[in-house]
Amino acid sequence: MSNGVVLETKNLTMRFGGLTAVQKFSACVEEGHIVGLIGPNGAGKTTCFNMITGFYVPTEGQVLFQGADITGLPPHKVCARGIARTFQNIRLFKNETVLQNVMIAGHVRQTSPWWGKAMGLPSAIREEQNLREYSLSLLDAVGLSQLAMEQADSLPYGAQRRLEIARALATNPRFLLLDEPAAGMNPQESEALMAFIRNIRDRFSLTILLIEHDMKVVMGVCEHIWVLDYGVCIAEGEPTAIRSNPKVIEAYLGEEAPVHA
Amino acid sequence: MKRTTRNALCNLLLLAAGAALLLWVDRTFDRYVVQVLNLIAINTILALSLNLIYGFTGMFSLGHAGFMAVGAYVSSLLILPQAQKQTIYILKPLIWPLSVLQAPFFVAVLLGGLAAALFAILISVPVLRLGGDYLGIATLGFAEIIRVVANNIVPITNGALGLKGIPSYANLWWTYGWCALAVIFIARLVQSNTGNVLKAIRDDEVAAKAMGIDVFKYKVISFTVGGFFAGIGGALLASLLTTIDPKMFTFMLTFNVLMIVVAGGLGSITGSVLSGAVITVLLEWLRFVENPVTIGGFTIPGVPGMRMVVFSLALLCIILFRREGIMGMREWSWDMLFRGRTRGGEAR
Repeated sequence: MSNGVVLETKNLTMRFGGLTAVQKFSACVEEGHIVGLIGPNGAGKTTCFNMITGFYVPTEGQVLFQGADITGLPPHKVCARGIARTFQNIRLFKNETVLQNVMIAGHVRQTSPWWGKAMGLPSAIREEQNLREYSLSLLDAVGLSQLAMEQADSLPYGAQRRLEIARALATNPRFLLLDEPAAGMNPQESEALMAFIRNIRDRFSLTILLIEHDMKVVMGVCEHIWVLDYGVCIAEGEPTAIRSNPKVIEAYLGEEAPVHA
Repeated sequence: MKRTTRNALCNLLLLAAGAALLLWVDRTFDRYVVQVLNLIAINTILALSLNLIYGFTGMFSLGHAGFMAVGAYVSSLLILPQAQKQTIYILKPLIWPLSVLQAPFFVAVLLGGLAAALFAILISVPVLRLGGDYLGIATLGFAEIIRVVANNIVPITNGALGLKGIPSYANLWWTYGWCALAVIFIARLVQSNTGNVLKAIRDDEVAAKAMGIDVFKYKVISFTVGGFFAGIGGALLASLLTTIDPKMFTFMLTFNVLMIVVAGGLGSITGSVLSGAVITVLLEWLRFVENPVTIGGFTIPGVPGMRMVVFSLALLCIILFRREGIMGMREWSWDMLFRGRTRGGEAR
């Protein structure tokens, strides 16, 4: 595992009118690591995700991916470069089957023209057959191959989460952003999720950045953590250091009341 | 036998049976029945093209009459005989290149479709930035603009007088030939991964963007293919009716197509084909409510336009009680027919 920098943000700032959602957020993510972004509600974590993936154009600052400036690129181009994401509130293509959901994401790697399959172009038919098989193997990897022909929104909650990750993997990313993957999961499920995240990191040689509120998951799986509060990065470091950082405790639990004798 | 081979064989058999049926119908029935059958084919083409735009890609477009007008005028001008052109352009003569241009029927219809597709591309660039109801209003405006322009550029469209004596080349073979082409192309398109992408845009545009889909590009593609087939439908309709004028291409025309699509099921090819036939037949059959009716000595005078009242009520009932239409988003397939025997057999 080489330790080059995959993603770098430089002084990333996002203002909505008078509100500064994120202020001068600078971070370096090394290849092959699983890193976390935490903070109280409304701290600007998802805004950071949206700036990295092209949904927001940052007011100031830069996003560098594998050394290239991707600031301001539209989301589909960012995805084509190799960054995939999931959403905080699951966003599957509800009316489609599980397999279709994954194939849709694989479309970004398809090279044949849009009319290829409809007009019976042999190369397009072959490409789509390959994509179909690859998508099925992805579903196998996340343990959903039994449900491939089910409609996506008929799946149980945990399976929908895994499908969303499988869908993101189908875009063949180098860098994966997970927005609260453990939300709504019970302790056993989040335990399994941690193993799952490490597993896909190794299997698809990914770098993963995740937002999470479940501290057990964050501390258990992340190798480096950034803490945001009111849009400002108040701490960064290893999980053990973050856990005992007084600023972080203050942000989460509030300031300790001064004790007067 | 493999499932795919079996289905291909069934499709071929269906096409052959359809052709045999057309041959028989063409020889036995009178002109009225043949006319209704032609209308079924044309309405099916139109419904499919709107279903691609609205049902599969989720763009609420009310501009179909506009595309049809473009297709109808372009192809009519290409098949009108030169002598006929000189007779009908009374107010102002037809401008030069158009007055001598002639094309075979197939080419004329194709060019009508392509012209409509070109219009679709042109308006899609500004209009497809809108979403939902706003898109509906903007496309409705586009259709009205086309109609008003057709009414006013007399040297090209002959204004309100319209075009008369268009050669009636459109017979069952042409209309059903184009209809088969539209069904096959659109069905294959929506079954391919491109179709999956269109459905993804319909279901969740934000997620589609995040998954690397150039949403705008695919919206333009869907809109253009839809516009193309709407133009084809308009061209065939012009040759079938042998006369067109701007008054024909009002919102009512779009409404009829929309009704077929909604009744058949948004996002279902087979639904559109089915309801294209059912609604066209009903529209004709319901003419009896406009005639005077005598029930047990009482005579109810006929009211013109009554069938549209009945139809609007029917549409209301569909929306209230069966919003997904006949088929919903499902498709009828050969697999459904054969499933009884192969239950629990091969996985799809």
